[in-house]
Amino acid sequence: MDYLTKLENQSIYIFREAFNKFENMAMLWSIGKDSTVLLWLARKAFFGHVPFPLVHVDTTYKIPSMIEYRDRLMREWNLQLVVGRNEEVLREGRTFPNGRASRVECCGTLKKDALKAVLEKHGFTGVVVGVRRDEEPTRAKERYFSPRDKNMEWNVEDQPPELWDQFKTDYDKGTHIRIHPLLHWTELNIWEYIERENIPVIPLYFANEKGERYRSIGCFPCTFPIQSRARTVREIIEELRVTRAPERAGRAQDKESEDAFEKLRRDGYM
Amino acid sequence: MSHTASQPAEQLKIVIVGHVDHGKSTFVGRLFHDTGSLPEGKLEQLQRAAERRGVPFEWANLMDALQSERDQNITIDTAQIWFQTRKRQYVIIDAPGHKEFLKNMVTGAANAEAALLLIDAHEGVQENSRRHGYLLNLLGIRQVAVLVNKMDLAGYSRERFERIEAEYRAWLRTLGMEPRLFIPIAAREGDNIAARSPRMPWWNGPTVVETLDDFAVSHPPQDKPLRFPIQDVYRFDERRILAGRIESGSLKVGDRLLFSPGGKSSVVKTIERWNAPSREDAAAGESIGVTLTEQIFVERGAVAAIESAPPLELARFRARVFWLGRQPFRKGRAYKLKLATQEAECQIESIQKVIDASTLESVPREPGQEWVGRHEVGELTLKTRRPVAFDVFNEIVPTGRFVIVDGFDVAGGGIVVEDNYPRRTTEGAHKSENLFWSRGKVTAEHRARLNGHPGCIVWLTGLSGAGKSTLAVELERELFQAGKQAYVLDGDNVRHGLCSDLAFSPRDRQENIRRVGEVAKLFVDAGLVVVTAFISPYRADREFVRRLVPAGRFIEVFVNAPVEVCEKRDPKGLYARARANELREFTGVSAPYEPPQTPEIELRTDQLTVAESVARILEHLHVREADAAIMI
Repeated sequence: MDYLTKLENQSIYIFREAFNKFENMAMLWSIGKDSTVLLWLARKAFFGHVPFPLVHVDTTYKIPSMIEYRDRLMREWNLQLVVGRNEEVLREGRTFPNGRASRVECCGTLKKDALKAVLEKHGFTGVVVGVRRDEEPTRAKERYFSPRDKNMEWNVEDQPPELWDQFKTDYDKGTHIRIHPLLHWTELNIWEYIERENIPVIPLYFANEKGERYRSIGCFPCTFPIQSRARTVREIIEELRVTRAPERAGRAQDKESEDAFEKLRRDGYM
Repeated sequence: MSHTASQPAEQLKIVIVGHVDHGKSTFVGRLFHDTGSLPEGKLEQLQRAAERRGVPFEWANLMDALQSERDQNITIDTAQIWFQTRKRQYVIIDAPGHKEFLKNMVTGAANAEAALLLIDAHEGVQENSRRHGYLLNLLGIRQVAVLVNKMDLAGYSRERFERIEAEYRAWLRTLGMEPRLFIPIAAREGDNIAARSPRMPWWNGPTVVETLDDFAVSHPPQDKPLRFPIQDVYRFDERRILAGRIESGSLKVGDRLLFSPGGKSSVVKTIERWNAPSREDAAAGESIGVTLTEQIFVERGAVAAIESAPPLELARFRARVFWLGRQPFRKGRAYKLKLATQEAECQIESIQKVIDASTLESVPREPGQEWVGRHEVGELTLKTRRPVAFDVFNEIVPTGRFVIVDGFDVAGGGIVVEDNYPRRTTEGAHKSENLFWSRGKVTAEHRARLNGHPGCIVWLTGLSGAGKSTLAVELERELFQAGKQAYVLDGDNVRHGLCSDLAFSPRDRQENIRRVGEVAKLFVDAGLVVVTAFISPYRADREFVRRLVPAGRFIEVFVNAPVEVCEKRDPKGLYARARANELREFTGVSAPYEPPQTPEIELRTDQLTVAESVARILEHLHVREADAAIMI
């Protein structure tokens, strides 16, 4: 069995465990490559179906073609979508692009708080998220089934043991569990799998005429393209095999302080 | 070394363990640097950060990226990072060495295929060096290399290295473990990591990177009996799909599956996958779905197997449990057992022993104080509220291990250890849940010592007229005269009594052999050499008997003569009657015979005399004695 198939089988197993154990489960879909691969793996796990809703946290600062792509897949793949938005902060304009919040504060309200609100409103107790351990060091310490307390906080010092694919599926009222079926994949694995399965991804990942492409996508004020000539999935794979630049190099909010991202994650950011 | 453009064909998961402060994180940081695997700017970023804080740069900071760890300088959780050599990609799992964080070490190790265990050359073997060795063994990790680190602080002394190797090797031997290799390294300086150290010219062995490349990638156990635990049953469309991952063995369309616990059975109609090439079979490691020809009620938790090799199905078993919970594991309290996809309420029935995994010594308890404390290991008997399907860990790993949930938390892990478990009958339904093997005070070892040999089964199989009964009685006589305890179970004889209710249909033949196998097993337990003379035409039935007794105690002898020779001999006139259609389902004429594929002994009785044949069997038994004193 080749290693992509091994990774795939493990993710399918995790998806099925989660779906069986959480009556009210949802999956976060950021429209990016990872959560789109995750969505594809859900269809693998459930034989072509996606039997739970997808949550998209919309900051309204997403790159417009992301929304078009989202709506197209919703129709074609027959998906149920729940959109979360921090209307209050948006109305008051307390955002980074308006100059009224730092990048980290903006992520905190438009993403983290919006997520918390949408989870509470729908009472989701199991939330599938497409984070990977190789993205950055705090995610390297994640579990496949990772509990969040009533305030959505992650207690990284005291995580449950996780052995032999026996996961934490018992939890107290008011808490919820994040499920990470892609945890053991690398960025390169993701692209190799996109190539193998021919998964449609948003064209922002491919180099434009200016020789720029997005390696990681998010809100346009805080996400920047990288220099690249990779115009196809194959060329991205070739590029990743030789690069030594980190994946989130184009994400500005990580760089406000040494532990900016770590703090965001402890407080409930994906 | 790093990031070659060629595609690595495989991935290996390695855990780094050892006592706190023996240099695991430093080692990992250095390994990354020396193999050119660091992300751009990472080293400089950490060097700048160290400078800002006014502290010396530490390699360990590469891994210990979290704030609290930087402050405490110890790894508190398992972290994973990736790198690659020319040969393959690696996932490095850095596990903490502090006793308080043992659950994180176990989490890391349980997910690894190989381990590197670090020992500080200066401090020597410490409590958690030993405890981690014990746990690696318990978790079933057999590929281990020991790195004797901080050789720079020990003057690169060969003598120091060899003393630590001797001490730690002795410890691992008491656990039944043989490490691949001990390597002297200095992680901080990069000695013997990716390149051989000029400071230890006495070391001619491989570097760490060479050792890693020498480890093998583990594969799911495809050659074991099928175990397919059901995760869920889906009805998203017109199909009713049983979804799960095959943990061992393989299955194909048309196979009859037996579901345990419960014993219902049905036949595989289709194997379901989405957006994958359609195939009529599936093997261990694959997450698939199946549909069945007859709809039977099966739920999550059921373990599908092939009928001839089902799992055990009992409400009691013996186990070794390591405990990680803050509250002790107490007798008299109810817990949840999770084994494969099954869940059942369980309790400790009795504790045989509580062990300190860093010394192997029994932990003393006051009378009436029956519990296993945090970080201790218990040898105990568990009972479950309802029967569960499981295997012995040493036979089938994925269904031989489990976790214990206390409240909301996984608080312990364990493996099922060997015992005289009653195997299920083919008619599973009528058996009591409370069956248990009661053990006397005289053990098989005691009997073997008295007799001068242990019990075993010499199983003669072959066509009617091939010479089984003739050989059996001659063999029995020879053994008896040599002073061995021997007894013949003959096909015709048991059909007069024990099996007088059975005819010759495939099902009855199977039951006949099952009963004979069970009787032979009791005789083996009683210390006898049992010689059996049965046609026993079906491979699966013979394999069933083989599994009843300990490994090496079943000697399959293929008594092989061409059917024409047998027919000419026809000592009981049976071939003549079969040809005249007076006998139905006669093996070799109107019923099949499945010859053994790898018998311990094959005897061409059309070419050998009876005495020669018997001599061959005796020789086999004696040869075994010379080897290992297992046999007579």
